[in-house]
Amino acid sequence: MKLSARIAAPVAALVLAGLTATACAPQTSDTSAQGDEKTGTLRVWLFQEVGNKPKEKVVDAAVDAFEKSHEGAEVEIEYIPVDTRAQRIKAAFNDPKSAPDLIEYGNTDTAGYVKDGGLADVTEEFGAWDEARDTDPIAKQSVTVDGKVYGAPFFVGVRALYYRTDVFEDLGIDAPKSQAELISTAKKIHRAKPDLYGLAVGGAYTYGAMPFIWAHGGELAGESGGTYTSGINSEKSRKGIEAYTSLFGDDNCPPAKCASMGGNATVTAFASGKAAMAIGGDFSHAAVEAGAVKGKYAVVPLPGVAEGSIAPAFAGGNNIGVLKSTAHRTLAVDLMKSLTGKKTQAEMFDAMGFLPTYTDVLDNAAKKQPFVAPFVQTLSAGAKFVPTSPAWGQIDASLVLPTMFQEIVSGRKDVARASDDAAEKMNAAFAAAG
Amino acid sequence: MTTHTTPYKPPAAGAPPKGGAPAVRRPRRGRSVSPARRSGWTPWLYLLPALVLLAGLLVYPIYQLGLISFLEYTQAQVSGGEPTTFKGFGNYTALFNDSQFWQVLLATVVFAASCVLATLFVGCALAVLLTRIRALPRLALMMAALGAWATPAITGSTVWVFLFDPDFGPVNKVLGLGDFSWTYGRYSAFALVLLEVLWCSFPFVMVTVYAGIRAIPTEVLEAASLDGASQWRIWRAITAPMLRPILVVVTIQSIIWDFKVFTQIYVMTNGGGIAGQNLVLNVYAYQKAFASSQYSLGSAIGVVMLVILLAVTLVYLRLVRRQGEEL
Repeated sequence: MKLSARIAAPVAALVLAGLTATACAPQTSDTSAQGDEKTGTLRVWLFQEVGNKPKEKVVDAAVDAFEKSHEGAEVEIEYIPVDTRAQRIKAAFNDPKSAPDLIEYGNTDTAGYVKDGGLADVTEEFGAWDEARDTDPIAKQSVTVDGKVYGAPFFVGVRALYYRTDVFEDLGIDAPKSQAELISTAKKIHRAKPDLYGLAVGGAYTYGAMPFIWAHGGELAGESGGTYTSGINSEKSRKGIEAYTSLFGDDNCPPAKCASMGGNATVTAFASGKAAMAIGGDFSHAAVEAGAVKGKYAVVPLPGVAEGSIAPAFAGGNNIGVLKSTAHRTLAVDLMKSLTGKKTQAEMFDAMGFLPTYTDVLDNAAKKQPFVAPFVQTLSAGAKFVPTSPAWGQIDASLVLPTMFQEIVSGRKDVARASDDAAEKMNAAFAAAG
Repeated sequence: MTTHTTPYKPPAAGAPPKGGAPAVRRPRRGRSVSPARRSGWTPWLYLLPALVLLAGLLVYPIYQLGLISFLEYTQAQVSGGEPTTFKGFGNYTALFNDSQFWQVLLATVVFAASCVLATLFVGCALAVLLTRIRALPRLALMMAALGAWATPAITGSTVWVFLFDPDFGPVNKVLGLGDFSWTYGRYSAFALVLLEVLWCSFPFVMVTVYAGIRAIPTEVLEAASLDGASQWRIWRAITAPMLRPILVVVTIQSIIWDFKVFTQIYVMTNGGGIAGQNLVLNVYAYQKAFASSQYSLGSAIGVVMLVILLAVTLVYLRLVRRQGEEL
């Protein structure tokens, strides 16, 4: 015993010394800018899309032009997989030395990344940029936090109603013009063709459910004086939640299957011919075209409450931003402008079908490609955006809204209680985010 | 693991009837190395590399885990957007005031306990079966078990989900369940995951217990039966006590594994099931720590898990010890 104690003491001291020498506190990175060099290599991370070649071509053309007009500047583009983007970008914030100068990022992440201290404030440059004047206001909102701009919109994505023309013809019905008609049509189809979901909905499909809430005048959250309060349990929001959750049931989409579905699962169900209608984005077009329903479907804007109105859609999409830690700020901002400029976006639309964020470029695109017409219509009818609070990322990641929908459709809680609980969780997140 | 195999080695080593030789040598060595000091130092010297490794790989991470759990440490602090601040027990109070945490904890304990019992029962039963069957069926059973053991958890879970798929799964077709969705109900989802956990963890129990049974010297068993002991008495007085160290290891391993189940729940119930009904502590910690970047809260959950597992293991070890003295 004595001996082991005699040994244990120095060993413990050694271990303690080692610990104090290596690290007392967990690591914190310094993401502040390292100067502003006018030459050198700029590193860019863009998302790797399904079928990425056309995107690469457009980007390469923009990069070539940039390198020609900027003597001594070189650009290195890396395409990162969408699935692991969150980890990659977090890692970039944690290790500024190996971080890129520019990143593409999903627009719902803007506020979170700003709070993390990862993105550079480019308000001045964005304001002085002539092309930015035509930026769609909702797209501009998606790069703005507390009145400051943290990047440039790259493209927008909105969702609309895909429906099967052959099924509708068969049953002698027209595309629904109001939300009530949408719900009754869905149930009618399921009654006539029980092996089809009338409208494929998902308990985890937050962005497909939001238009229902917004169409009834509900809001996810309201802002006053910089702090957000959840609006998910307001009277209006609850009406929207009721409308959406009424689509889960044996008369349309049985909760045993549909409660767990997310957006992709509903689009897959439609593309494989298991659903007569689905809420899909302009970006889902390729997936549907590749499915069994090719040539047998059409798209209309998702109807709102009043007959002939359009339900406000969620304005998704990606932005390109400059990292705070860049050592080439001026160059990086110039490259951001050329990657998100009108010319590149117009070419990107032709190559990938990504909707441009400039109103005039978008109009031109709609003239060229008729399939985007319903999406453009939806955008111009007024799309909406999630609260630009850093708490949103956390609310999204902790599945607050999917949990609420799933609690309702599985019969665990009624709309009032589920929405109160969701509001409580959202408010806690808003409060924690400050 | 290796330390636990030693208890049943002595009978084998002591079996050769050369007991006299070491007995003669031992005192001689004792005399030549006069101070007891040296023999006290040497074990520590031999242990040093392992201790250093353990300190680096085990103590240091646990120390960091504990430290982070007392701080406000989210992505904003990691990447330098905001300064790191000391929160005291703030993360723990937040955790203990979260009603979901208690639900998840209860679900985890019940789920892990059922998994451990099921695994031990199936593993031991099949180990006994292995000793009673011929070579060919034994080989087949061994291969099947090793196959299940070698399958990565992600692959196994994905295959199981497919097998039980309401639309395309063969299981529902064979059982005539129509389009019954296993993952929709809370208990059927847990049952499905339990089956998968059982499938991939019984081989460890089976192989270990089987090895243990084979290591029991047949002479002892023969002697007992010659003395007229019944099968039950042989099991109680010979087999079970000789297997005890193995059963202890296997039980503790199972408790630790099943308490920390992550992949199966995450893959099979899509990250915790409908409205989070199938969350277990590890998936819950992942959601808090990584998905929503609240590293400090996730660390607090980790510390709580560590304490629970240590407590369970210690209590279990004491129980086994006491039983051993009584026997």
